[in-house]
Order: sequence, then structure tokens, then C-alpha cells
Amino acid sequence: MKAYKYFDNVDTDVIIPARYLNHSEPMYLASHCMEDIDETFAETVGSGDFIVAGENFGCGSSREHAPIAIKAAGVEAVIAKSFARIFFRNAINIGLPIIEQADCAEECQTGHELSIDLKAGIIENKTLQKTYRFEPFPDFLLEIVNHNGLIEKLKEKGV
Amino acid sequence: MGMTMTQKILAAHCGAAELKVGNFIEADLDLVLGNDITAPVAIKSYEALKAQKVFDKDKIALVPDHFAPNKDIEAAQQCKTMRLFARENEITNYFEIGEMGIEHALLPEKGLVVAGDVVIGADSHTCTYGALGAFSTGIGSTDMGVGMATGKCWFRVPSAIKINMKGQLNKWVSGKDVILHLIGKIGVDGARYKSLEFTGEGLESLTMDDRFTMANMAIEAGAKNGIFEVDAKTIAYIAQHSKRAPKVYTADADAIYDEEITIDLSALKPTVAFPHLPENTKTFEEFGEIKVDQVVVGSCTNGRFDDLKMTAEILKGHKVHPDIRMIIIPATQKIYMDAMKAGFIETFIEAGAVVSTPTCGPCLGGYMGILAEGERAVATTNRNFVGRMGHKTSEVYLASPAVAAMTAIKGYIASPEAE
Ligand code: SF4
Repeated sequence: MKAYKYFDNVDTDVIIPARYLNHSEPMYLASHCMEDIDETFAETVGSGDFIVAGENFGCGSSREHAPIAIKAAGVEAVIAKSFARIFFRNAINIGLPIIEQADCAEECQTGHELSIDLKAGIIENKTLQKTYRFEPFPDFLLEIVNHNGLIEKLKEKGV
Repeated sequence: MGMTMTQKILAAHCGAAELKVGNFIEADLDLVLGNDITAPVAIKSYEALKAQKVFDKDKIALVPDHFAPNKDIEAAQQCKTMRLFARENEITNYFEIGEMGIEHALLPEKGLVVAGDVVIGADSHTCTYGALGAFSTGIGSTDMGVGMATGKCWFRVPSAIKINMKGQLNKWVSGKDVILHLIGKIGVDGARYKSLEFTGEGLESLTMDDRFTMANMAIEAGAKNGIFEVDAKTIAYIAQHSKRAPKVYTADADAIYDEEITIDLSALKPTVAFPHLPENTKTFEEFGEIKVDQVVVGSCTNGRFDDLKMTAEILKGHKVHPDIRMIIIPATQKIYMDAMKAGFIETFIEAGAVVSTPTCGPCLGGYMGILAEGERAVATTNRNFVGRMGHKTSEVYLASPAVAAMTAIKGYIASPEAE
């Protein structure tokens, strides 16, 4: 599905502005996702689309509302050159796949067709007819992602 | 192999003799923090876990500060969710309006964090308590929910950057200028996934309030945590505020750092971070006259007593420029009261500033000073991202209380050194 490309240091204030944080419903948050830098995103994003960005994606506040909004918008995965650490752990904890792949992030543009194989660690850019490999997650993180988040993992193990 | 301060604290909290960078661990928590925005989401996670009860009702802190006193009906609902959870679970450290302050100023003041602790908070500026020699870091709501149920949190052991400070700050230069200088130097992701460890002979001259300001903004360099070496000032602060005994961890002599940076405090000047990133720092000889519409002194970065003192010293006997709206927000009730006793509040009102009850308010564009289209603010807060304080075309310039106060008088961004 198609990619939405952004720049470096996309912060959580633009992913979901604080003026909407008096709500926590995922679909409500999704309807305002990215609006301060991209007014069309929330309207046009479809299930299975991707966000692609530069360095330090998700910097700023710890609001889990940010990955929640992205996931609820239907985004299959975020691909970036690098991620800010709190966003990284929040995304893992709610089961939103995030992938560090600098070449793919550099070369991909808005509208490119992408597909991804998380298990094999491969991204395909169909528009550019190119594939990229990425490091699969370490076992500790993979277990959380495979359970679709930390809560489900702990429920299975028992608290 | 030697360990850093952070690695030692983490090792002690997961029962390991030694930790290596990149190890995944599960650490025992001394405190779990949440606020009116993040806690309601965390409570959902907590409830999904179906835990019998919270891991320790004395080790959870809940602070309604972001949109409180309630800014609208939705905010009121969120505060209510947190309040009911606190009552139901008999949370000792729930702070109701009247007692609450901005969380990161409040917790140290209430003695809830001491050196050697491991603290997580569903708020990115939880790194503030590194000023006390604790390992303290921001996490999200899921981690908070799990932390409340289990008393544990997963971490990847970080590497570190050592910040060696020497010399002494000049008058009108403070902790805010030091941390802005550092972020300007290494960038907003310069310490990503890493600890910033502050040490060196320059430490001695920094007040605790300077250190809180600096540790607070470690996250603005992307750091996992910022931590200060514990000295006599730290110990005295903890003894004055907490009943708990601190545990002091020092870095091993052979600890390995990714990088060492030396900062000569005496060479630093008042520094301003331009929109829209905290790394866009400039000193006054690098820019001309920039007119502003609003000045905010407050937040978890610079809403403490020393900050209000510096603001009052500059404002005393002056008037706020007629084109400026000046908003001053003491970070806690105690700071408010102390500022009142010291006569600062009178100085502020006489100068034509408004003084608000403690709240995050405008810092995150919540309420109590939102910017209109194209407006500009100088703020002592910590973030100047697009839309942070209001309209997406508005601008925030980050600076110290001294620069903020001088700006309020002049109407344009002004250096306190100009007088
Ligand atoms: S004052 Fe600002 S940065 Fe600090 S906790 Fe409140 S919203 Fe966050």
C-alpha cells in the first residue's frame, strides 16, 4: 500500500496535537493525526498504508496517543531512519511495527507502493522496484510485537 | 568492566552484578508516575491486565496538572477517571487541586524521589529527577499501567555521554542556558537512547534548581535519562525534603562513555532556542530585534523558586511592555507561597503580569495563554515544536527566566546582560 513521506524530527505534537489530548478514543485521535503538517493525511490514509520518515521520528512527549493515533488510522508500519526512544517503546508496547531502514526511508516518496514482510525482514518498494533488508527485532521485543503488545503478552503469562 | 551511574542503578534494581550496553532487563520500580492525560490511558491498560491490586499504593504518584484545574468537560472527565482510580486503589500520592503542582516540580518537593531510585513516569520530562541522582525516565501509558500492576518495567541498558562541567556561571546565566547550549551542540537526537551523565568541578556552583532545569531537558537531546553526580547539595536537598535515605551510586573510574563533552560554564551566555526545535540555539550577537506578543515564565523546566526570583529581580520597578501579555506560573503551591512571602507576586502584579495557579497550561498549548495565528512567545518552557503553544503558525522561543523577564519589559527578545 502507499507511503506518506515526512522529514526528520517529526514530533509527537504534530503526530497528535495536545489540544486533542482531552480525548483518548483511538478513532478520534486518528481523525486529527498529522494535521498540523499534513491536512490531507487523516482523510486520505487507508488501511495498510505506511508512514516513512527521516531521523528521530516521534521525538518529544511520551503521549502514547501518538502511536495509538497512527495505528488507529490504519497504518501498517512506520519506516524511518531512526526513532525517538519513548515513541519506540510505546509503539512496541501497543504492537505497532516500526522499522529502522535508512535507505528505504531516504529513497521512498509519498505515493510509492510498499509492502513489508516483518518475519523475513524485507521491505519492497514496488514503485522503485527495489527491496531492502532490515534487522529483525531482538527476541525480547519480537515476543511483545508478536503478542500484539505488552498487555496481551502479560495476560498470557499472567500478572 | 566499569559501569556508569545509570548502569549501576539499573544493575542494583534487577539483581545483576554487571550489565552491558544493549542488555534487556526488567527492573524493580521505586515510583510510577502519571498525569491527567496519560493516566486515564494507563488505567485502561491496567484494567485489561485484571491485576488484583496495585503493586504498592505508596509507590504510585498521580498528578492532575496538564489540563487542571479542569479546562473543559473532557478534561474534567479525565481528571475524574484518575481521581476515582486513586480513591479506589487508596493511592497515597494523589495530589488534588489545592495541593497539586506541576508533577516534576512537585515530586522532589514532596520527597518522593531520592538518589539511587528507579522511577518511571508517563511523561517525557520524568527525566527531571536525574538531578537527584536517580535513574528516572519517561515511558508511555502501557508501561505505566504495567508498572502499576507489577512494579516492574523493561529497559534496554543504555550507553552514556559524559558531560564534564568546569568553571562558574556568570550573573544572568543559569541552568537553562547550559542545557540549551548543550542541545544546540549535540542536537535533538544527539543523546538518543543514551544517558547524559553530568559531572565535574563545575557542578558545585549549580543550584538544585539549575540542575532540575538541566535534567528536565535531557529528553530534548533525545536522552533516555540525564543524571547528576550526587554531592553535598543533593544530599542536603534530599534530607530537607524526604524521609527516605538516598543511595549514592558513582560511576566507576573505568566506566565506558560513547563520548565526553566539556562545558566551560564561565564561557556561556544567555541562549535562546528559535522555532521549531530546541536545537536551534542562538546567542544575542547572532540575531536582531524580534518582537514578541507573549512571555511565559513557568513549567516543569523553569517554574521553581530561583526562576521566579530571577524574574522578580529584573521586573522590579519596571512595567511589562504594552504590546506584551506576561503570564507567570509558579510550579507548585509551595513555590507560589514562598514567592508570595518573598514579595515576588506583588512585584509581578505591579509590573502588569498575570500570575496563575500551578498548571502546565500554555506549555503544551492546553489553556491559560494559547497563541493566535502568527503570534510569537518567549517561554521558559522546554519545547518549541510546531503548534506547541497554539496555532500552527505561532512561534515559541525558549529561554531562561532572565531573558523572558527582560523581553517582557522591552517588547522584543532581550538579553538581561544589556542592562
Ligand atoms: S510543564 Fe510542560 S513539559 Fe512540563 S509536564 Fe507540563 S506540559 Fe509537560
